[in-house]
Amino acid sequence: MNVQLPTGRELFEPKRPGSEDIAWCPGCGNFGIRNILISSLAELGLKPSQVAIISGIGQAAKMPHYINVNGYHTLHGRAIPIATGVKAANPELTVIAEGGDGDMYAEGGNHLLHAIRRNPDITVLIHDNQVYGLTKGQASPTTMKGMKTPTQPWGVFEEPFNPVALAVALDASFVARTFMGHFRESVEIIKRAIQHKGLAIVDILHPCVSFNKVNTYAWYREHTYWMEDGPLDREAAFRRALESDPLPLGVFYINEKPTFEEQVPAYWNDKRPLWQREPKLNLVERFFEETKG
Amino acid sequence: MGGFKDEVSIVLGGAAGQGIQTVEEILTHALKRSGYHVYANKEYMSRVRGGINTTEIRASSKPVRAFVKRIDILVPFKQGVLTWVKDRLSESTVVLGERENVEEDFLEKVNLVEVPLTKMALETGSQLYLNTTAAGLIIGLFHGDFEAIEEYIRKRFESKGENVVKKNIEAAKKGYELGVKLCEEGTIAVDVQRDEKAAGDVLLTGTEAVGIGALAGGMNFLSFYPMSPSTGVSTFAAQKAEEFEVVVEQVEDEISAINMALGAWYAGARAMVSTSGGGFALMSEALSLAGMAENPVVIHLAQRPGPATGLPTRTMQGDLNLVLYAGHGDFPRIILAPGSLEEAFYLTAEAFNLADRYQVPVIILTDQYFVDTYYNLPAPDVKKVKFERHIVEAKPGYRRYELTENGISPRAVPGYGEEVVIANGNEHDEWGDITEDAELTIKMQEKRAVKKLETIKRNAPLPKLIGKENAEYLVVSWGSTFQVVDEALEKLGSEKIAHIHFSWVYPLNSETKRFFGGKKVIAVENNVTGQFADLLWKELGVKADHRVLKYDGRPFSVEEVLDALKGVVE
Repeated sequence: MNVQLPTGRELFEPKRPGSEDIAWCPGCGNFGIRNILISSLAELGLKPSQVAIISGIGQAAKMPHYINVNGYHTLHGRAIPIATGVKAANPELTVIAEGGDGDMYAEGGNHLLHAIRRNPDITVLIHDNQVYGLTKGQASPTTMKGMKTPTQPWGVFEEPFNPVALAVALDASFVARTFMGHFRESVEIIKRAIQHKGLAIVDILHPCVSFNKVNTYAWYREHTYWMEDGPLDREAAFRRALESDPLPLGVFYINEKPTFEEQVPAYWNDKRPLWQREPKLNLVERFFEETKG
Repeated sequence: MGGFKDEVSIVLGGAAGQGIQTVEEILTHALKRSGYHVYANKEYMSRVRGGINTTEIRASSKPVRAFVKRIDILVPFKQGVLTWVKDRLSESTVVLGERENVEEDFLEKVNLVEVPLTKMALETGSQLYLNTTAAGLIIGLFHGDFEAIEEYIRKRFESKGENVVKKNIEAAKKGYELGVKLCEEGTIAVDVQRDEKAAGDVLLTGTEAVGIGALAGGMNFLSFYPMSPSTGVSTFAAQKAEEFEVVVEQVEDEISAINMALGAWYAGARAMVSTSGGGFALMSEALSLAGMAENPVVIHLAQRPGPATGLPTRTMQGDLNLVLYAGHGDFPRIILAPGSLEEAFYLTAEAFNLADRYQVPVIILTDQYFVDTYYNLPAPDVKKVKFERHIVEAKPGYRRYELTENGISPRAVPGYGEEVVIANGNEHDEWGDITEDAELTIKMQEKRAVKKLETIKRNAPLPKLIGKENAEYLVVSWGSTFQVVDEALEKLGSEKIAHIHFSWVYPLNSETKRFFGGKKVIAVENNVTGQFADLLWKELGVKADHRVLKYDGRPFSVEEVLDALKGVVE
């Protein structure tokens, strides 16, 4: 691979015991995403202690063990509310919620909808390989119709979930899609997503070499194209999001709006993270004084 | 006609939406300010309009903190109230109100003192003044301080404009004058001494005691999904969020609520969720994550009768087993259940220190009865609240799950120190990375479920014993039943019975067993099986000889506990 890697990547390589043992299959798209993410963080000049990756459960969600930043490997589907809590407790952190298509669109679907409404300043990275990996090959919400799996032997008959259209429909703050096979473009998109103030959703297409024999590297190259005109206005973005073959890649939509943390009274007058604060016992005293009346 | 000495139990009954709660507020505040000890509790239906809701207010020359079945004065605001409370009426009950609100069948049987409340309200200008007229009437019976009513009305209605304030004061005055007149004519005699101390007390509800306790404990984050009867605590936090600089967020479901709180704690906040049984059931997956990741969290659970939706607005101590066993896998947790408003304040504050110190879920169990109970109490001593912070700096080489003798690893938070902090819901090594190693798995299981649990147990405070150590009988209560058992035993006045109350419910210090030696044990619980009695057997090998259980969705009354204890002892 002939790509220019940025300096500072070394900082993000974990050196804990066993860090070299990565549980992904050889050739897995997740390696590429890890590479893209490390480059993005390095190019943004972030420090590992300033970044927190909150992941759900699945192969994608193992990322906190393979990148040297703060990490919380949590529960299936729950990365978004946990990441929201982390960001709300310490807005100084760069917070990323990460997981696969099953994690974010099935088990965590409801949280995604409401996170879009709430708009915390976090980046949601979805490793979308259109299949379940860790549980071995069942259909995911984004599996294409007709694909046969061990648990859908007659072929999937559900409509695939369209995360980009959904996010635009809900007026999400930042909506993008990329294919991890395009390194430089993906780094640029993820950097923009991290820098974006507000909830940024990036659907990252990648192949599953073990369980998805339809959506391969070659398939993604043939069935995707880069938009030249994004971000678009909401209606145009929605129309574009409905295109399914080829799938458009790029930034579909950006809507700058106040974030969750900006709006909660906890930070109106005091910008310090919550861990630095102490109980306001004088106000408790005052409450009791008032309650006497 | 009716004469009441030292203490009066007044019950107001009406439809949801009729404003009974306004009367309750004015009465409790004005009576307290006048120097009477007050207690109030409401029971209400799960509806917004109609039906029948009642409020009991006890006014006394001595502190009163428990529910009594007896009704001395009943004020019905609609037909049907007398039927609803018929078991609580006696020959000495005085019904104060309008004839049309008394069902035909009762007219012959009760002492009706007719007061034209509606007419009086209309004279003031509108039916809307019915509530303040009634409040004034009752304060008048006590010859209470009219200024106290005036002051409270001013505070309560200030935002609605001067005219509303003036009219309400006028309405209260009309009621007050009639109340005074009824006493002077000898129709009703209320002889309750004032106590200066009560006037200087604070008047709190269980909801407020938990809410202000949380703020005193440094709560700076609360996420919730509304559910009766727990919502009051979240409402309280939202009302105080600006002043205390708290993140308060109503979220999509209880799953999100607790996961957000876990994230907030992971990043160093002091977070709480407030919910009821059904909501907590949804949180059990995240509770298990808290156990595995050793992620502190504080949970307030206001119990209501289950299973499922059960009786949404009524009371039960039925979720002890739920919180004891919720969550897959073995991990320690702390369960607290305050017995008084003072305990609700101190224990809720302390819950945050405990969660921080032991890195476990700390559950505060209250119930509908407890959160909706009001009484006056001396202002809690805020200086007694100690703020502990157990956060360490993440220095190079930091290990989040370092194996230690007492099972507690130093907890760092992201962004404080140069090193990163890895938390994990998978089994993990000391650094927080996934492991499948058998030996390490054993060490980590034992760290959490044995060593840490033992550390918590060893440091667990002992229950409170009231009465003689060598009494023949020991009455066991936990949580909200403390005050009712306490008053029943005071009334019983028998040296044969002592009372032991658990506000630290789990895990129990093994020293607790010594209180039970050679005694006949009577467990009093507001549930159908005696869940705490079962826990005593499991944890300490203490067997309850008698179980006094109540499970109709209503709280115990002093009379019921007294009768039950008499039945056992005599």
